Amino acid sequence: TLCRHTLSSLSATRRGLPKEKMSENGIMSRAKVLTIDTMNPTVKKVEYAVRGPIVQRAVELERELSEGMKKPFAEVIKANIGDAHAMGQQPITFFRQVLALCSYPELLSDSTFPEDAKSRACRILQSCGGNSMGSYSASQGIDSVRQDVARYIERRDGGVACDPDNIYLTTGASDGIVTMLKLLVCGEGTTRTGVMIPIPQYPLYSAALAELGAVQINYFLNEEKCWSLDITELQRAVNEARQYCNPRALCIINPGNPTGQVQSRQCIEDVIRFAAKERLFLMADEVYQDNVYAEGCQFHSFKKVLFEMGPEYAETVELASFHSTSKCYMGECGFRGGYMEIINMDDEVKDQLTKLLSVRLCPPVPGQALMDLVVNPPQPGEPSYGSFIKERTATLSALAEKAKLTEQVLNTVQGISCNPVQGAMYSFPRITIPEKAVKEATETGQQPDMFYCMKMLEETGICLVPGSGFGQKDGTYHFRMTILPPTDKLKILLNKVKEFHQRFTQQYS
Amino acid sequence: VPLWGITLQLQRCARDITNMSQQAVNGVSHRGRVLTLDSMNPNVKRVEYAVRGPIVQRAVQIEKELKEGAKKPFTEVIKANIGDAHAMGQKPITFFRQVLALCSYPALLEDSKFPEDAKQRARRILEACGGHSIGAYSASQGIECIRQDVARYIEKRDGGIPSNPDNIYLSTGASDAIVTILKLLVCGEGRDRTGVMISIPQYPLYSAALADLGAVQINYYLDEDNCWSLNITELRRALSAAREHCNPRVLCIINPGNPTGQVQSRQCIEDVIRFAKEEHLFLMADEVYQDNVYAEGCQFHSFKKVLFEMGPEYSNTVEMASFHSTSKCYMGECGFRGGYMEVINLDPEVKAQLIKLVSVRLCPPVPGQALLDLVVNPPQPDEPSYATFMKERTAVLSALAEKARLTEQIFNTVPGITCNPVQGAMYTFPRITLPQKAIDKAKELGLVPDMFYCMRLLDEEGICLVPGSGFGQREGTYHFRMTILPPTEKLKVVLQKIREFQLRFTQEFS
Repeated sequence: TLCRHTLSSLSATRRGLPKEKMSENGIMSRAKVLTIDTMNPTVKKVEYAVRGPIVQRAVELERELSEGMKKPFAEVIKANIGDAHAMGQQPITFFRQVLALCSYPELLSDSTFPEDAKSRACRILQSCGGNSMGSYSASQGIDSVRQDVARYIERRDGGVACDPDNIYLTTGASDGIVTMLKLLVCGEGTTRTGVMIPIPQYPLYSAALAELGAVQINYFLNEEKCWSLDITELQRAVNEARQYCNPRALCIINPGNPTGQVQSRQCIEDVIRFAAKERLFLMADEVYQDNVYAEGCQFHSFKKVLFEMGPEYAETVELASFHSTSKCYMGECGFRGGYMEIINMDDEVKDQLTKLLSVRLCPPVPGQALMDLVVNPPQPGEPSYGSFIKERTATLSALAEKAKLTEQVLNTVQGISCNPVQGAMYSFPRITIPEKAVKEATETGQQPDMFYCMKMLEETGICLVPGSGFGQKDGTYHFRMTILPPTDKLKILLNKVKEFHQRFTQQYS
Repeated sequence: VPLWGITLQLQRCARDITNMSQQAVNGVSHRGRVLTLDSMNPNVKRVEYAVRGPIVQRAVQIEKELKEGAKKPFTEVIKANIGDAHAMGQKPITFFRQVLALCSYPALLEDSKFPEDAKQRARRILEACGGHSIGAYSASQGIECIRQDVARYIEKRDGGIPSNPDNIYLSTGASDAIVTILKLLVCGEGRDRTGVMISIPQYPLYSAALADLGAVQINYYLDEDNCWSLNITELRRALSAAREHCNPRVLCIINPGNPTGQVQSRQCIEDVIRFAKEEHLFLMADEVYQDNVYAEGCQFHSFKKVLFEMGPEYSNTVEMASFHSTSKCYMGECGFRGGYMEVINLDPEVKAQLIKLVSVRLCPPVPGQALLDLVVNPPQPDEPSYATFMKERTAVLSALAEKARLTEQIFNTVPGITCNPVQGAMYTFPRITLPQKAIDKAKELGLVPDMFYCMRLLDEEGICLVPGSGFGQREGTYHFRMTILPPTEKLKVVLQKIREFQLRFTQEFS
């Protein structure tokens, strides 16, 4: 045993275990096992601007304010993240009633709850192990919920068939997106999987690709044409990428984040045709599908368009579409509810997918229950229908109004130009930053739009996310601001942004 | 060939025929898919997770057949494969569900049928949420006041040893946090690739995560003859051998153990900590079963506590992550996906990376966070809900203790089955003796022998267990893992049927 121990010590030394070090106070110390140099290198490459440095500073400022420190503002306004409830949006009463009933089924005997809420709750509970939301569900998600999702998709898509077996419930849409990307990544060097993503994009994509060590292939949306997608640009991007990687997937966010554009039906057809031709797995992030505001714009699901293009496409193009309970009119981010529908996936890969999901057991059951209500809301004739429609309409029309207001006000500011917010929850205006400011930013090692946003935060308490966090054409600058604060507050916000921009431009002229 | 084997083959056949005819019909020349078995992530292919693996898929199929009226030698499938207490009839804690209902639908705060302490907890949680709604994203590390409550809980549990809320990260079940830490730790290529020591037998999340991350799995064997205890000599053996082909950096331990149920002694925990320090290993302590301790003379000692009681030489240096969850213990709230980890002595730069990494997924489910808050901050003696809470908690834990004893007792009366005491957790992992003829038959069918055994048990009795091969075991030994979760009367029936099956099976292959 002594011999073996000695040998293992020797090999440990040879292995280069950190030697004991003498530190300043004379105490022997040793480098840690897990340091910035000995950690997963791909994790270091990950960035996620929506909760990045500017938000960390905003949180710090909030703390200082709560400790009584004097600031040029009374509150920090977190217009950085698509969190509707945090900005005062109210949940849908019916949904919360059912969730309460599911959590504490004793309430089923409570007369203050409407019958339709009770019947939804009973149905959900009956599909749960031991009739409890506390049971693990099947890894693919509760069977009856997946069936309801399939029916919802069929209704939404004018009858185009949806197979519940192709529905996977997920922990928010992010979970489904990351899982699909994980499946797709393989190869080394020039055969490494490349994934096409829009610029600007929602930085979950770039973060996931960095972590997975996949190759990010940027295709630029056309700012001059309301952030629309050009097939020629897709073609350019894929041709170029083929020189150094193996492009295999094409991601599109529709309605767009951060840009808000709602793609035309023609565009969606063109993208599908392009994906078929270039042999790309299509990933359609459609979490904002109910958030469509602009006249003449309409949501067309990729699934629907695909099937309407006939069997040549419908039977061959591999597609995953994603939806969530976090956006639209629900805004239930905290529940982490979501699903993906997978079309034309190889059966053996499907088995692998099911196996992969099983390791994490199942998505949160409250989120699954909530998703069931989203796809199976009160119907005409049901007691809760009136309130439900009223609440839903109020939320969506408020968002539409705020979308218009935002575009309008920002476009009155010299040096800010804002494309119409056709959908989603954000504006992504272009800002002109004076040369002097660009210089100062560069000198302090900051992106110019980060420099701008940090200044805005310090002076007004408004937290936005710099465009560099989403990607933008070189030499252009933007910020992303949510349209979520209540209308009156939003007006004040927009005014402060305007005043700041004018001050900033003046200061650096 | 067993029927289920034929069924699977026929299904595959049918699919292939359909695919071929589709191509013939629409005249499109056969073009490979973009995403196939050959062009997918190779690590994912290596992942296995037996707890929901082939045997469970077969069990689900049988359930479907039963529902459609098929005649079987049994009327229901008993899923004793997974640690899901509510699915087996265990009731949730009333107080917890009351608070969750109040948080979901705050109008109920006006409802007089809810006790004041439940309302107070709900209000506190809601105040900590954006817009006072559990629908808002929380901070990525988890709701701050909940992390503070978790820290206080840890301090109370560990006899006053301080816990810094900044070291607490709420997670989507313990699994999420375990995978996150493993992800941070994996680096290097070839012989420098990170190696992670895991117990054999283990909970297969670990092997699955290591396969997915492309890290090196280093097995250390628990000692079945000594009640699945851990030997430092065995740790040393495993580590030396591993140093030849990888860079061992992590040591994982599950206490109380899964699937084995052993509760490590305090001495053992000290030895493990000492070993980790000497060998410069990051310690991962999976403690999700910390309230599930049944055997006389056994006690849960948290790694954190023992570490700090060993003095600053250890508590200032050993890097450690401890994991807990809302899924087990007396709560059994698996579906809520609540959990946390406490990290000790993590490098500040690495912490910053960790925060960045968890921010990409925004936050853990808020209902799960709320539930965790109640677990660490349950009704106190002077509160209205205390008595009921204690009654429910005690009932659940004592039922589990009784079932643990019963299980060990009965299995040990069966020739060919030997069962170590179920000291804790929720499972029994008995060793089964398989006749050589059965082993040969299994090989013929291309099955691992204990899978063959379990598949037969499933087909004949409708009882779904997980073969020991899914957890790891010494070569030439066979086991199965069964939960002790069914209600006592049903458990007795299950144990009886397994006994009968074992005798029949042994007879058939004698």
